[in-house]
Amino acid sequence: MISTLLYTVLILSLLGGLLAVVLYVVAQKFNVQEDPRIDEVLEVLPGANCGGCGYAGCRAFVEAFVNNPERTDLFCPVGGNKAMQMAAMVLGRDTLEQAPKVAVVRCNGSCQVRPQLNVYDGSPSCAVVADLYGGETACSFGCLGLGDCVQSCAFDALTIDPETCLPVVDEDKCTSCGACVKACPRGIIEIRPKGPKNRRIFVSCMNKDKGALTRKACPVGCIGCGLCVKACPFDAITITNNLAYIDPDACRLCRKCVAVCPTHSILEINFPPKKQEVVHE
Amino acid sequence: MSKTFSIGGIHPNDSKFSKDVSIVDLPVPERVFLPMNQHLGIPAAPVVKKGDTVLVGQVVAEAAGFVSAPIHASVSGTVTDVGLYPDFQGKRVQTVVIETEGDDWLDTIDRTAQVKQEITMVPKDTFQKIQEMGVVGLGGAAFPTYVKLTPIEGMNPEFLIINGSECEPFLTSDYRLMLEHGQELMIGAELMRRVLGTGVTGVIGIEKNKPLAIKAMQKITAGYLQWKVVPLKKRYPQGGEKQLIDAVLGRKVASFALPISTGAIVQNVGTAFAVYEAVQKNKPLVTNVLTVTGSDPKIQYNYRFRIGTPIEDVLKTAGALDAEGNLLPHIAKVVNGGPMMGKAVVNMKAPVVKSTSGLLLLTEKETKRLEPGECIRCAKCFQACPMRLQPYLLYQLALAGRTEELDEYRVFDCIDCGSCLYACPAHLPLLDLIRLAKNTSLKNIRKK
Repeated sequence: MISTLLYTVLILSLLGGLLAVVLYVVAQKFNVQEDPRIDEVLEVLPGANCGGCGYAGCRAFVEAFVNNPERTDLFCPVGGNKAMQMAAMVLGRDTLEQAPKVAVVRCNGSCQVRPQLNVYDGSPSCAVVADLYGGETACSFGCLGLGDCVQSCAFDALTIDPETCLPVVDEDKCTSCGACVKACPRGIIEIRPKGPKNRRIFVSCMNKDKGALTRKACPVGCIGCGLCVKACPFDAITITNNLAYIDPDACRLCRKCVAVCPTHSILEINFPPKKQEVVHE
Repeated sequence: MSKTFSIGGIHPNDSKFSKDVSIVDLPVPERVFLPMNQHLGIPAAPVVKKGDTVLVGQVVAEAAGFVSAPIHASVSGTVTDVGLYPDFQGKRVQTVVIETEGDDWLDTIDRTAQVKQEITMVPKDTFQKIQEMGVVGLGGAAFPTYVKLTPIEGMNPEFLIINGSECEPFLTSDYRLMLEHGQELMIGAELMRRVLGTGVTGVIGIEKNKPLAIKAMQKITAGYLQWKVVPLKKRYPQGGEKQLIDAVLGRKVASFALPISTGAIVQNVGTAFAVYEAVQKNKPLVTNVLTVTGSDPKIQYNYRFRIGTPIEDVLKTAGALDAEGNLLPHIAKVVNGGPMMGKAVVNMKAPVVKSTSGLLLLTEKETKRLEPGECIRCAKCFQACPMRLQPYLLYQLALAGRTEELDEYRVFDCIDCGSCLYACPAHLPLLDLIRLAKNTSLKNIRKK
């Protein structure tokens, strides 16, 4: 009885010891030297694995970041400047600051203003609609309103406003990872600099049709009239294919274009109401 | 046992309510819209401009590449615009608009009803004529006919199959054509057979739910040595090119392979008739036959229409519109084509085009989608799929956006027939997502 116990304990201990030696030898022989800084940098980043940086995941991004000190374009949009500074501190180098960015929806044609011509009752997915036909309204560039962008957002920053049927970006939650830009089959979402004091101006329309056609399809679409181009003192606005575009780097937020736009398709965000500004002056 | 294809398939009610209605001419419309993409391939290039006057049969757009077809004026009058107009699905297409004045045809066109039996043209000229007259496949895909007849090195055509199966429920335009113009379309078929080579055997495949058409065509083919009629068991989608080749010859077309790799070429009966008119009557493809049908017994017609007639004009003549031009209250949806593969019409001002085979008027109840449930892995979709795909799996993969696996499971082989959707007891929107995945996959493959 005692001997059975004894043998069992003995054999198992011997086996354990033997295997430990094997494991040790194998671990030594096949040891992979990994830069310890990768793990350290990984720890200071948010680790969302969203792919917004352009890499397959956070680890791939950090590997590139650690191994290529000369590259200045590597930036984690989720962590922003703060996380990148910390990452740079771990590595003991300087980072270039990037202006914080945010996703903006470039369509103004809410379901209240854009006339609905037909009813779609298929799969609730923008991609399916875009593949199938021209959409429920006459505008073949605007928002389809079925929320592919909302589903693509890993940060809960997008919602479809039930009143306007357009997606709304929550500025605080948006990390500008760009997942929605890829998800939108109409390409109406753009990643733009947040702007000073979160103030920004952009053309909220993607309609490249000629003015008359755009007007018929949507009362708030850009008709490419060019008034904003003339009004802009900084040459920040260009018109291509009947659609105005405001270059965020050249725009100085003077808001002259907003005032002249006949269809109100240029939006100003986070500006105080006009009256207050007059008082300030 | 009569022949049919070997994989999958479904048996929808055929609902051919308009089968006893003779083909009548639709009045010449006040205005026609001629889109430049009425065929598969490169859109035609307009050769007329605003203000030009044209006669019926005059070329308004020329073929802009190998896989392309010219477009001819279907009315006489003045070109009022060349620009972008939304098609029946709301997508913008380059379109030539002609305002009708009178009905003057080109002198060269033989407009008599007399059947011209005698074939005088040599195959080479026939081939050219088919190309010049803008004949495209009228079975639905609108693939330029002459491209299919162009010989490919290393591939010998053995069979020319004329597709008279018309497996789509409701539609009867092909059926009426076989009954009323059997002789003519037989001549057209024979012309195509001669282009392919004298050794080619001609086969006409007709589903058994059309006994009169089988009898009529059998009578006519008795006068042609190389032709025979093959009655087929009724089954959807028998009219699919690959399915028809399987049904008639028992040969399978591989993924991405052309049907001719099996030695067979398929042409629709409508196409055969168009070839007859083009070659024997020198008449370009400016008219075609469509069915206006639905569950309403009062609205059942087979019309010969001028290509480019606005859909609302067709419906008005058919009595489906009220005095103000709105659809009658019991009609909820107009479908361009049959109930299985047709697509909803969202723009009534858009025209019927070369390949339009029917306008189907559906009631609210018929068109309503049922609430999708959960997949219970019953594999009915798999049994129904004529391409031996696994629709439930493709659906899940498409939902998850797993493109590589979608390619592994041959999503690109899907023929959009909708059998899976029809068979699914959970009413899952299988085709919606599979079609999207297929189109994305094909786009990626083309990019490579």
